[in-house]
Amino acid sequence: MSLSQDDVKKIAHLARLSISDEDIPAYEKDLSNILGLVEQMSAVDTDGVVPLAHPLDMAQRLRDDAVSEDNRREQYQDVAPATEKGLYLVPKVIE
Amino acid sequence: MHNKTLTELSAGLQDKRFSSTELTQAYLERIKQFDPELNSYITVAEEQAMAMAADADARIAAGTATPMTGIPLAQKDIFCTEGVKTSCGSKMLDNFISPYNATVIERFNNAGAVMLGKTNMDEFAMGSSNETSFYGPVRNPWNTDTVPGGSSGGSAAVVAARLAPASTGTDTGGSIRQPAALCGITGLKPTYGRVSRYGMIAFASSLDQAGPMTRTAEDAALMMNVMAGFDERDSTSVQRDVPDYMANLNESLEGLKIGLPKEYFGEGLDPEVAKAVEAAIKQYEQLGATVKEISLPNTHLAVPTYYVVAPAECSSNLSRFDGVRFGYRCDDPVDLEDLYKRSRGEGFGAEVKRRIMIGAYALSAGYYDAYYLKAQQLRRLISDDFTRAFKDVDVIMGPTSPNVAFGLGEKADDPITMYLSDIYTIAVNLAGLPGMSVPAGFVNNMPVGLQIIGNYFDEARLLNVAHRYQQATDWHTKVPAAFE
Repeated sequence: MSLSQDDVKKIAHLARLSISDEDIPAYEKDLSNILGLVEQMSAVDTDGVVPLAHPLDMAQRLRDDAVSEDNRREQYQDVAPATEKGLYLVPKVIE
Repeated sequence: MHNKTLTELSAGLQDKRFSSTELTQAYLERIKQFDPELNSYITVAEEQAMAMAADADARIAAGTATPMTGIPLAQKDIFCTEGVKTSCGSKMLDNFISPYNATVIERFNNAGAVMLGKTNMDEFAMGSSNETSFYGPVRNPWNTDTVPGGSSGGSAAVVAARLAPASTGTDTGGSIRQPAALCGITGLKPTYGRVSRYGMIAFASSLDQAGPMTRTAEDAALMMNVMAGFDERDSTSVQRDVPDYMANLNESLEGLKIGLPKEYFGEGLDPEVAKAVEAAIKQYEQLGATVKEISLPNTHLAVPTYYVVAPAECSSNLSRFDGVRFGYRCDDPVDLEDLYKRSRGEGFGAEVKRRIMIGAYALSAGYYDAYYLKAQQLRRLISDDFTRAFKDVDVIMGPTSPNVAFGLGEKADDPITMYLSDIYTIAVNLAGLPGMSVPAGFVNNMPVGLQIIGNYFDEARLLNVAHRYQQATDWHTKVPAAFE
């Protein structure tokens, strides 16, 4: 499995990662090599094998729909890059 | 004082032969003296440690101490610690001071343990050499030109160099066991779900598990008595009784059935490492165990399967680092997309970006079945290998790592070679089983680890099996000469 430079750019966009043009060839090579390693999977016949999503095959635990945590907005927003009046600030999205 | 085990320190504190303040001070001084050479701590929390030690001394005086009260520990910098920087080895979180404690930290706090500081690690726990850390590599105390292993490299180095009596680690594909092996210490990865993941920065949520890194199995048992247990804040935490891990350490190994997977002794294993592991197995036979060759036929598929499952889960988990709510934000973003892309592009290192991209690709439209679903099917086959094996044997043994510690920079430029250094540990995470590494000799003066894999929730037996070996051998007592 080999990726092109365009593939790398497309994946970087999907993952919302800026990658400089000069780094693209290295990612092209490394990602292609990793996918080459992963390719060994396709040689195995897995027809009818039930996928294992949880190592103990456990179902998600449910709880009552009740408040269990205190409101700690101020402490949580203390570590944010930019906030105002309890809101997180980002560049303008809608003109 | 720095050569005492946790159990010895605990007894000394209870008998008031020394105070937690004295003990903590002694370790802080050793850290100042030796850590510049090793780079094993990202943060030393001197002020907080001294305050915790004073509280512990008061608790001991009041007669309300637990066995861990007053014991200084090093915590991997993946655990959120209120008021102390939690970086996860990344520029992304270089400015992050957690507003809450991880459950593991909370449990040690409640037991009265003292936190010396936060240990260096591969960025977001992605690496096998500690070289992907934003804070620079940790050096192996046995030879400072070699790596300590990873991702819990700092946690392994501090225990080996006596810069903490014990530490915590996390293990997604071998990150406790492999550095434990390479640094000559004892490390336990418990069964998936045994120790809470709450507040432990997530890498691959179906694989991640925290555990103790110590000098002895007995110390690991003492740590597990604090760490293990149900936590309603972790949706994958297991609701199941926790035994006293100290209770059965001395049980006889007479009749213990050990399985040796032939796939773990084949091509790729350093013959000298193989000899050390075989000598350890002989020791077990002298202790009354019987040995049987077994097969885990899908072993060769573990690394490829892991490098789909782990990156897929990491790409999802690490999407939370977006420059909005916490962590690094790029300067002067022109729009929201620029904010996301540059904050992530500048905040993450190369290995983390590689894994996020592999994961994003494997989960992208049209590829899901061929990659993620296929990997989950192979994960079932790998897990079934172990289930079959445990019908005939009590524990499985083999090498932890195919080699002793390799040179700094030796594998750093080749991700694939680095990935293959976890070939014996990764399958255990895919299956969710508990596994240990214990010191089992030296090759060229560098430590070798014996891996012991147990059935689900059989940590007490692993600790018993490791403890009896440590009663009969002295590999675990060796200290690197420069740190005696």
